[in-house]
Amino acid sequence: MTMPFYVSPEQLMKDRADFARKGIARGRSVVVLAYEGGIAFATENPSRALHKISEIYDRIAFAAVGKYNEFENLRVAGVRYADLRGYSYDRTDVTARGLANAYAQTLGTVFTTESKPLEVELVVAEVGATPAADQIYRLSYDGSVADEHGHVVMGGQAEQLGARVTAAWHEGMSLTEVLALAVRTLGAVGTDGSVAAEGEEREIAPTGLEVAVLERAGRRRAFRRLQGATLAGLLERPDGGNGPDQG
Amino acid sequence: MTSADTSGRLPDAFLRPGSSSFVDFLAGHAPDLLPGRRDIGGAGVSAEGLAPHATTIVALTFGTDEGGRGVIMAGDRRATAGNLIASREMEKVFAADAYSVVGIAGSAGVAIELVRLFQLELEHYEKIEGSLLSLDGKANRLSTMIRGNLPLALQGLAVVPLFAGYDLDRGYGRLFSYDVTGGRYEEHDHHTVGSGSVFARGALKKLWRPGLDADAAVAVAVEALYDAADDDSATGGPDPVRQIWPVVTVVTADGVRRTDDDELAATVERIVAERGAAHRAAHGDRPAGGGVRSGQQGGARA
Repeated sequence: MTMPFYVSPEQLMKDRADFARKGIARGRSVVVLAYEGGIAFATENPSRALHKISEIYDRIAFAAVGKYNEFENLRVAGVRYADLRGYSYDRTDVTARGLANAYAQTLGTVFTTESKPLEVELVVAEVGATPAADQIYRLSYDGSVADEHGHVVMGGQAEQLGARVTAAWHEGMSLTEVLALAVRTLGAVGTDGSVAAEGEEREIAPTGLEVAVLERAGRRRAFRRLQGATLAGLLERPDGGNGPDQG
Repeated sequence: MTSADTSGRLPDAFLRPGSSSFVDFLAGHAPDLLPGRRDIGGAGVSAEGLAPHATTIVALTFGTDEGGRGVIMAGDRRATAGNLIASREMEKVFAADAYSVVGIAGSAGVAIELVRLFQLELEHYEKIEGSLLSLDGKANRLSTMIRGNLPLALQGLAVVPLFAGYDLDRGYGRLFSYDVTGGRYEEHDHHTVGSGSVFARGALKKLWRPGLDADAAVAVAVEALYDAADDDSATGGPDPVRQIWPVVTVVTADGVRRTDDDELAATVERIVAERGAAHRAAHGDRPAGGGVRSGQQGGARA
């Protein structure tokens, strides 16, 4: 007769967290940066069809790192949640906060009750009428939520990259400036996973990037993907986009 | 939200992989939110006359193969309840998505709800799949939704839409009409639905010709609605007193554009002036009867 080994709750949670963290760290990073005219999302992703950044609702977008099948499932659930809510109440009643809460509960329940936690990390962002009204929520595999101010880095080497972004980001940046910062940050991780020193980042071609923005002004649906010539044009600033013009 | 789950966790139905259709998702998760699923009482009870009715919609194609062929859809602004005018400013032509429009005739409340659901259905698919539905796909989805409304239609709350859009694969604008059972028919050149449709269609047969440009086609649509309003009491004519003009949408490869009010005001003014001139040429400044009081008005109710 075998006796099950006693595993303390602390050890159980730590094992699960380590497992989830390892899975997430394997993937490429996603950078989310607020700029004057909205919120920009960027990641290194050569695929045109399998997205890590997507539209959820009129002014809400979703970005994820980790296992594709798991975050894709959460993304679809988010679109259903938002559309159902907007249909039964009103479009203005769909908020990033509500969606972040629903995701947090889902991630938290899976983390504690199921055999394996979800190996994902998410950002739910909503662009407001003013930069102060922008909301960026970062959700971890265990269901914890952080209300971030202005910038987030998720995925592999997130801590080191996050420190660089914190140092370089400031309020009122233009789109070209934040895109340059995003590409510089993504390029800091080498193909072997090592982090390059500042100034020695890898070049990433526009075709290898997935970039999208939530635009503050304009149409009802604020989400727009930047690709092809538009993206190349925005990234082509030799001075890194420090000029006075607003992208 | 209809879920009884109070944990705040997303219900399992949300996380189930599969359908990209919002209507299918609603049917499984919250069927009471679907317009056609409501039981309004015993069979055979007629709900007709309870709620406002929306009336005439016209649609026509324009352009040439070289210049690009688009479609125009226009609707009057009147909703009626019995012999009363329920609304003077109702809009019955809506952009369904960036490249298609839908116009509705029939029971106004149910129709507007159906349009809202249809718009959401297209947007939901676009967000989940990351690409637009084909125009035929959109037309078929609308067909399914109208079929779902059949129980209500049998009780007098019928909705008959007209659907038009720019087919991005084929490169030209197309028109689809429907019946209450969800039957879908592709129309060519032009089509009309609603209570004034007979008169509007007569006008379109005379006014429409191949190769119209967009401005001329807008004028034809407005004139067809003018003729419908002339003979059908449930169709509203242009209202210069309140500055209410028909809703006219133009769909081309560039997407859906709604014609602005100033342009419509000028078009209406021109049509009224032309008709006034034709009347004066025939009868001078008097009604066609010549002002003779006969007292013989037949059976019309006045």
